[in-house]
Amino acid sequence: MKISIETVEHVANLARLYLSEEEKAEMAQTLSSILDYMDRLNELDTTDVPPTAHIVPIKNVFREDVVKESLPREEVLKNAPEKERGFFKVPRIIED
Amino acid sequence: MEFETVIGLEVHVELLTKSKVFCSCTTEFGGEVNTHCCPVCLGMPGVLPVLNKKAVEYAIKAALALNCEIPEFSKFDRKNYFYPDLPKAYQISQYDLPLARKGYIEIEVDGKPKRIGINRIHLEEDAGKLIHEEGKSYSLVDLNRTGVPLIEIVSEPDIRTPEEAWLYLNKLKTILQYIEVSDCKMEEGSLRCDTNISLRPKGSDKFGTKVELKNLGSFRAVRRSLEYEERRQREILEQGGVIVQETRRWDEARGITIPLRSKEEAHDYRYFPDPDLVPIVIDREWVEKLKSELPELPDAKKKRYMEEYGLPAYDAGVLTASKALANFFEECVSQYHDPKTVSNWVMSEMLGILNETGREVDEIPFKPEQLVKMLKMIDSGTISGKIAKEVFRDMFDTGKDPEAIVKEKGLTQISDEKELEKIAKKVIEENPKSVEDYKKGKEKALGFLVGQVMKETRGKANPQLVNKILKELLG
Repeated sequence: MKISIETVEHVANLARLYLSEEEKAEMAQTLSSILDYMDRLNELDTTDVPPTAHIVPIKNVFREDVVKESLPREEVLKNAPEKERGFFKVPRIIED
Repeated sequence: MEFETVIGLEVHVELLTKSKVFCSCTTEFGGEVNTHCCPVCLGMPGVLPVLNKKAVEYAIKAALALNCEIPEFSKFDRKNYFYPDLPKAYQISQYDLPLARKGYIEIEVDGKPKRIGINRIHLEEDAGKLIHEEGKSYSLVDLNRTGVPLIEIVSEPDIRTPEEAWLYLNKLKTILQYIEVSDCKMEEGSLRCDTNISLRPKGSDKFGTKVELKNLGSFRAVRRSLEYEERRQREILEQGGVIVQETRRWDEARGITIPLRSKEEAHDYRYFPDPDLVPIVIDREWVEKLKSELPELPDAKKKRYMEEYGLPAYDAGVLTASKALANFFEECVSQYHDPKTVSNWVMSEMLGILNETGREVDEIPFKPEQLVKMLKMIDSGTISGKIAKEVFRDMFDTGKDPEAIVKEKGLTQISDEKELEKIAKKVIEENPKSVEDYKKGKEKALGFLVGQVMKETRGKANPQLVNKILKELLG
């Protein structure tokens, strides 16, 4: 197995996912098989192939620097579980 | 053991575009909370960011002014981390292929030029603002700033003293203000700086363990925090201790750095190319066009002031440190024959009053022509240099023309010999002791008498003339 339970726990923590022990085992299994598949791809000789950053062959899609109207604040805060005085309200995260 | 300090700076600068980097919300500072937001910058599912061309152009201009190379190919990546100031849970940034690399800023250390390398400059989006009120169990989030275009400028670890770090920052700010890509207002957060600092035995080529410093609200704070940290690390090393690699927060009030205890210091950003944004390909023609739009930069201007106007290096340096100041000076010089005189007035009187009142050059209420008029009034003898200072201050307070001020206040210099003679005689009569002293050979006594005449005329007498008249009267 390429992916250990510890790695699953680490990644799940970074993604704020809470997994049961069974789920962790399953994730370790399925993520490992994905990496195995990547190993198969690695067998290909890609010496002369430039790295691909994007799958569609387009570049330089820009917009002009023009201001358009933003959303009304009621809309902005509509999905917020908690709000106060126009702010989003979240658990205290100050580092001290 | 002797130690060498190694400092690197990471500077974030907000670009002066009108709209955000990936959406059309305004970038204006200070709006009502959460009113400059749209589905794109709020990170709603299914939206598509589209890159602001001006942001790319400003970033390229900054890179060119900082002597960087601009690779042809560049792309955006997602930097993943959970933090409430980022509604998408990732920041669109650039990882392995930044817009620019390998530049430098030249500073002057002990009268000699020193180059501080720039490792890279990349374009990214700003995060929102978090507010932590005292004693509350929650934090508040304002997402107006989310998505404002930022460039991050990462220096090489070439800086050796806190003083050099301060010089680097000042130079960087000056250059970015010259090319008008950012207003660099630290107090509004449009320029922010993090530093890292380590010590190593002098002569060693290995880096010591570095400490990152945050919460630096001014250039002065940058310098003070580095000075403190340099001292702290030296003391630990001298006692045989080891430096812990950590992030520390500058406490401005106490003048110390404190370890930042962070719940989430994973630093595991899992960068990957952003599939929503296509690569940027910058051809040479585009770069050349942007290069041709750059104004004369501070170093070139300084050199020109020395060569063309014959100014001392010090004057040229002070005058070109701010574009607004340089513009004001050049306006004056284009209408007045003696650059050094203009420089003296701008550097002493004008900067003096600006410092005293905390005002900026663009808040000066009078025009360069008005200063030139005043200088010409001194040349023609209409006012004395001393009175001119009074007039100058009045111009600052009211923005009025010097002629108007002189007329209103009756400040015209008295050059009428008869009138001055009358006053001089009166002063001589009233000050027999000084007259006696002068006659005994005390030159100083004459100065006193001149001063008395000036006092009688409320500073309006032509001092050279008073001198001459007094000498004649006292034989």
